[in-house]
Amino acid sequence: MINFTQQAGFGLRRRQRAETRFQWAGRGAIIISLAFLVTLFASIISNGLGVVWQSQIAVTVDLGPDEVDPEDIGGASFNSIVKKGLRDAFPEVEKRSDKKLLYGLVSSEAAFEIERQVSNDPTLLGEEQTLWVTASDDADLYISGQVDTDLPEKQRRISDAEIAMLDTMIEQGKARESFNRGFFVNGDSREPEIAGILSSLAGSALTLLVCFLLSFPLGIGAAIYLEEFAPKNRMSDLIEVNINNLAAVPSIVFGLLGLSIFLGYMGLPRSTPLVGGMVLALMTLPTIIIASRAALRSVPPSFKEAALALGATPVQAVFHHVLPVAMPGMLTGAIVGMAQALGETAPLLMIGMVAFIVDVPTSVLEPATALPVQIFLWADAPERAFTEKTAAAIIILLTFLIIMNLIAILLRRKLETRF
Amino acid sequence: MPDGTLIITRSDRPRWRDNIIIGIMAAAAGVAILVTLGIVLSLVFETLLFLEKVPLRNFLFGLEWSPQTAIRADQVGAEGSFGVLPLINGTLLISAIAMAVATPLGLTSAIYLSEYASKRARDWVKPGLEILAGIPTVVYGFFAALTVAPFIRMTGGQFGLEVASESALAAGIVMGIMIVPLISSLSDDVINAVPQSLRDASLGMGATHSETIRKVIMPAALPGIAGSLLLATSRAIGETMIVLMAAGLAAQLTLNPFEAVTTITVQIVALLTGDQEFDSAKTLSAFALGLLLFVLTLIMNVIALRIVKKYREQYD
Repeated sequence: MINFTQQAGFGLRRRQRAETRFQWAGRGAIIISLAFLVTLFASIISNGLGVVWQSQIAVTVDLGPDEVDPEDIGGASFNSIVKKGLRDAFPEVEKRSDKKLLYGLVSSEAAFEIERQVSNDPTLLGEEQTLWVTASDDADLYISGQVDTDLPEKQRRISDAEIAMLDTMIEQGKARESFNRGFFVNGDSREPEIAGILSSLAGSALTLLVCFLLSFPLGIGAAIYLEEFAPKNRMSDLIEVNINNLAAVPSIVFGLLGLSIFLGYMGLPRSTPLVGGMVLALMTLPTIIIASRAALRSVPPSFKEAALALGATPVQAVFHHVLPVAMPGMLTGAIVGMAQALGETAPLLMIGMVAFIVDVPTSVLEPATALPVQIFLWADAPERAFTEKTAAAIIILLTFLIIMNLIAILLRRKLETRF
Repeated sequence: MPDGTLIITRSDRPRWRDNIIIGIMAAAAGVAILVTLGIVLSLVFETLLFLEKVPLRNFLFGLEWSPQTAIRADQVGAEGSFGVLPLINGTLLISAIAMAVATPLGLTSAIYLSEYASKRARDWVKPGLEILAGIPTVVYGFFAALTVAPFIRMTGGQFGLEVASESALAAGIVMGIMIVPLISSLSDDVINAVPQSLRDASLGMGATHSETIRKVIMPAALPGIAGSLLLATSRAIGETMIVLMAAGLAAQLTLNPFEAVTTITVQIVALLTGDQEFDSAKTLSAFALGLLLFVLTLIMNVIALRIVKKYREQYD
């Protein structure tokens, strides 16, 4: 008897320990997942925040009438003016290879930057001026302190000679970090220090516009029909199963559809936001339909019945009384769908939106790229400086997604407090 | 108009106008069918063209994948080889790793959230997990390549393991984390659908909470959970960006998670970006791969959706 209770007692303790273990396993799983989320954000933010600062180098250039003709600014060779300015700052540099290193400290855009400054302010002309130009990507990494100088010279992208020159510039106050406006107003570039996100941001905006204009009316129309008017027969069952399955089709398959039908069969222009928007619209359609149907279902049937009882036709009852109430829910679905579309990459690769786009697209028929595709392209680029740009572009993409989802959440709250 | 008479007029709007509106909306619903038809037709059509150049047997059972277009007609290996098995091997390897990460994490967090967590904790943790589902896959891909892959390589190096810089493991782990919220929210629904009476009966018999979960709730929820795992697997198979950025292009027949493998989706992208001639076997093979991917995921989705739906009805 005593033995039996003891056994039960032991067993109980064992079982309770198992209980505790079980609960901790659950907590552990949640902690691991959330820790991953935090690591991801931390890694991207720490990599990307530096993009706000961009190193600049001061060059004293001779803008006298011999070099630049005030009547014909474009005719001057600003490239050689910049080079001469750099040579004058470092008279001790004589070897050809060292001169090349010296010229490489400023961006290849430097000449254009000086030309732009001069055309904006012609009073600069006529004498020597000290102007700030963008540093090259490797010089930028050193100036912003991201180069490990303890590494052997061979393992660095920047040589001891270049470091010596940059150190002199920093000492003389000829190198500084300033706000990187270029990143927000430039298009893509092969040079990381010049590359900006505006072209891809505009591409994304145009693509989303097309996507929304197509998928929102289609999705709402389909949802209203299926929820309010469709006869319960095999056809509507088929459509229903179809929509659920479409929601789970891999996104790249939609890209193949776009490639073979929109580009191949219909002959629409490749790489354009028009085609990108169409493909993404087909992809987001199921999301919007499913969310809109849920919104319609949440409207109490009494609304519709009251309208019908007062003599409204079924279409009037739905459009005048059910739809306005369901609208916030439908918009929520549309925003979630658009957020999905904004982050989508793979189908856009299929229809050629991976092109190298420098100019900011202004119409849906111009070749363009999208923000996530730009991220993919930069992530693939070999220059180390692009890592920072990639992370920064991701921060911008995530910011947009967070804003869209917040709007969706607020709308949903508004809907929920209605009834 | 005599006093005391109520005049009821039906809206003067003619019925035919309503019918047109309904017709337009029905057409919108029909677009969903058109999309599916479009997918199937375009994939099948291009695949048939592909099969004219490469026999089906070579495609499905070939052990080597090295698509290329001949520069000279008589060159060695001019037609390339289009054996899909290495790609299926890579796809399944990465999906298996992803599911091995996602299943325990997703299931245990779903159980904890639905059975143990306070409402307050649930309100905070659930949206937190859902953020994971909302992050674009290209971001995961970048993270996998930038942070996770070097970490695994370094850790593996300390144990004397040779880890490729683009390993199946890195892509699989990151993909697994991406899938966690999918599994946890689907399983959460399934667990919540188990009737309270089953719980009460088990607790009443003296079982502890965890025993109730393991021996009563889980078996009752098993079909639904299987359905959600199937949906998650199909998601992993169709995922493109993470593998494209972190797993590489090497088509190998291997089960070693430390080696680089490639997947169906990655090859579709590789075949269709860059220079291409439209009717070469190389370009067409992408559509054959697309059809394979579509059929594979469709079968899994149909089964999974059916299981989940049937199960939901069972307890409703």
